[in-house]
Amino acid sequence: MSDAKTFDLSCGLPIENHARIKLAHGGGGRAMARLIEEVFIAAFDNPLLREGHDGAVLDLPRGRSVLTTDSFVVRPLFFPGGDIGSLAINGTVNDLAMCGAKPLYLTASFILEEGLETEILRRVVRSMRTAADAAGVAIVTGDTKVVERGRGDGIYINTAGVGCIERDMSVAPQRIAAGDAILLNGDIGRHGMAVMGAREALAFTTPIESDCASLWHTVDALLSANIDVHCLRDATRGGLSAVLNELAQASGLQFDIVEGDIPVSARVRGACEVLGLDAMQVACEGRFVALVPESAAERALAIMKSRDDAARIIGRATAGEPGLVTLHTLIGGRRILDMPAGELLPRIC
Amino acid sequence: MKYVDEYRDPKAAQQYVKAIHNAVTRPWTIMEVCGGQTHAIARFGIQDLLPDQVELVHGPGCPVCVTPLEMIDKALAIAARQEVIFCSFGDMLRVPGSRCDLSNIRAQGGDVRAIYTPLDALKIAEEYPDKQVVFFAVGFETTAPANAMAVHLAKIRGLDNFSVLVSHVLVPPAIEAIVSAPDNRVQGFLAAGHVCTVMGTQAYLPLAEKYGVPIVVTGFEPLDILEGIYRCVRQLEDGRAELENQYHRAVRDDGNITARALLARVFRVVRRQWRGIGEIADSGWGLTPEYAEFDAEKRFGIADIVVAEPEQCISGLVLRGLKKPIECPAFGKQCTPERPLGATMVSGEGACAAYYRYRREGAA
Repeated sequence: MSDAKTFDLSCGLPIENHARIKLAHGGGGRAMARLIEEVFIAAFDNPLLREGHDGAVLDLPRGRSVLTTDSFVVRPLFFPGGDIGSLAINGTVNDLAMCGAKPLYLTASFILEEGLETEILRRVVRSMRTAADAAGVAIVTGDTKVVERGRGDGIYINTAGVGCIERDMSVAPQRIAAGDAILLNGDIGRHGMAVMGAREALAFTTPIESDCASLWHTVDALLSANIDVHCLRDATRGGLSAVLNELAQASGLQFDIVEGDIPVSARVRGACEVLGLDAMQVACEGRFVALVPESAAERALAIMKSRDDAARIIGRATAGEPGLVTLHTLIGGRRILDMPAGELLPRIC
Repeated sequence: MKYVDEYRDPKAAQQYVKAIHNAVTRPWTIMEVCGGQTHAIARFGIQDLLPDQVELVHGPGCPVCVTPLEMIDKALAIAARQEVIFCSFGDMLRVPGSRCDLSNIRAQGGDVRAIYTPLDALKIAEEYPDKQVVFFAVGFETTAPANAMAVHLAKIRGLDNFSVLVSHVLVPPAIEAIVSAPDNRVQGFLAAGHVCTVMGTQAYLPLAEKYGVPIVVTGFEPLDILEGIYRCVRQLEDGRAELENQYHRAVRDDGNITARALLARVFRVVRRQWRGIGEIADSGWGLTPEYAEFDAEKRFGIADIVVAEPEQCISGLVLRGLKKPIECPAFGKQCTPERPLGATMVSGEGACAAYYRYRREGAA
């Protein structure tokens, strides 16, 4: 405080003078108010947020609404193709989209670790705004807590989302019928390998970029074309394997999948070969499967392909053994595609 | 992807399958020794393509599966120590010891890290001079050169906070133990290609001659395995018992001479306990006196631990090719990849886990 000009008795830890988050930023006082104003409102700005109320008063369209929530913990916070901010927006947006709901409003709660560089928080928050704009949603209310240094991983984010179902239809596993085509909207395994590459500092010659993206516009295009979508599910943790197994079990049908029709980029394949991982179990953040009647399959595929040329029909739901997912392998064999056991562990040799 | 796609070509695979069907006139039992081969057979659905007369049984070549319970318990005891950073290949983290596994130790506050190469453990030792960094050196001849290099570099760099818990095992003595057992059913072997990349093929010639079994050094891609099976079947049908090298793109007769020289300096042959099989003479590697200071068992004064395998688990019979995983009453019931009773259910290379993931009974 040697410079008298910057001394200010009302100073509530102005952000610009504090490059790092302090416990005071979660204390409910002036420091927190400044953080909210200078970081969160500055980035998320919208009329509902500006009201500065304890909650956002929403004007929802008539009809059915969908509510969902998800929490985001990822290390490192930034990785090729995304960061915890874009993940936190797209994750919740995609959960709404998978219910067939148009995403409208999001909440954002932050648990920050004392000592976090404020500039990192700004970057994350800006990325959230960019992702929210791309998905067409507004962040209308939120919360901030600060935990002591060593008690968090920099930033944890929880987002909740509200969306509305615009059409008189239901998108749910119970609607899956024998004969449905199973479509996938792009190549798999990119997000998991991007994060693993960044976390373990694996020296991939060309970095693998996360597929982190909003799925709503693709879903909207399918629904707007009056395709009778029976079910949608995004492939996140556990990858494509987990999603197919969940849906086969929930629908009581057998799924027959053709390995050669599942798109995997050469980079992801190469990284998986080296590490002994199965791309089908690696996380995605911008991929989903759609189950549609066979009669609509080609039309649905054309819509998906117009957004990502790698989209494919990868198999069919059949009567058969309930809950079983079989894979026709590349060389013409046949095997079970099982649920991943849990943590992905690279094999020894 | 080059070096992969050409070995997964469906048309070429069908040609081999046809050739095997044409060559077979009688039932044959062939063991693929390496867990990597077991994994590929299950992953690509190879057994389903073969004639009924060709039965594949899955050998003891999964390092995760044959590391004895005592050794896992020693690892757990060391990993639980406050001053230790315990480094391991990822799939050892879930191998059950007699009470828990390494991931439980991590959950209880132990510093257990999954790494990709033992050289990463060396880096950690350099970064944390006030910690003891221990690397779990498991595996066959394949992983041994990198492990030997880590110990050798630690000596050169004077890293006195680095040590290794050695549980290395060797393939030829295991093949001999299987083929010389009175209840042996294996008539031909697909030897582990990558082990031979390091060690060469010479050790297998006397085995083929002495026991009258064909041994085909085989790779890991579907076409490698199909060709290995084809060559093995041809020998069996012709009444030959020769050593053949299917995997010549990666295996030379003498192996990797530089690696072998380092191995001979760092390791010496010792008796080893094999999980599910028991003790086999001259079947493993321990550190030579020159590198004994890096032996974690000595450094931490870990006494011999004696423990028994769960009674229900038949992994010993599975590892010797006497039983199939689905013949185990606990398979898929009390024993699953989430709650494994024995090590063969843990690793993706373990026969039981491969069966569970890819070909459960009655399905597929």
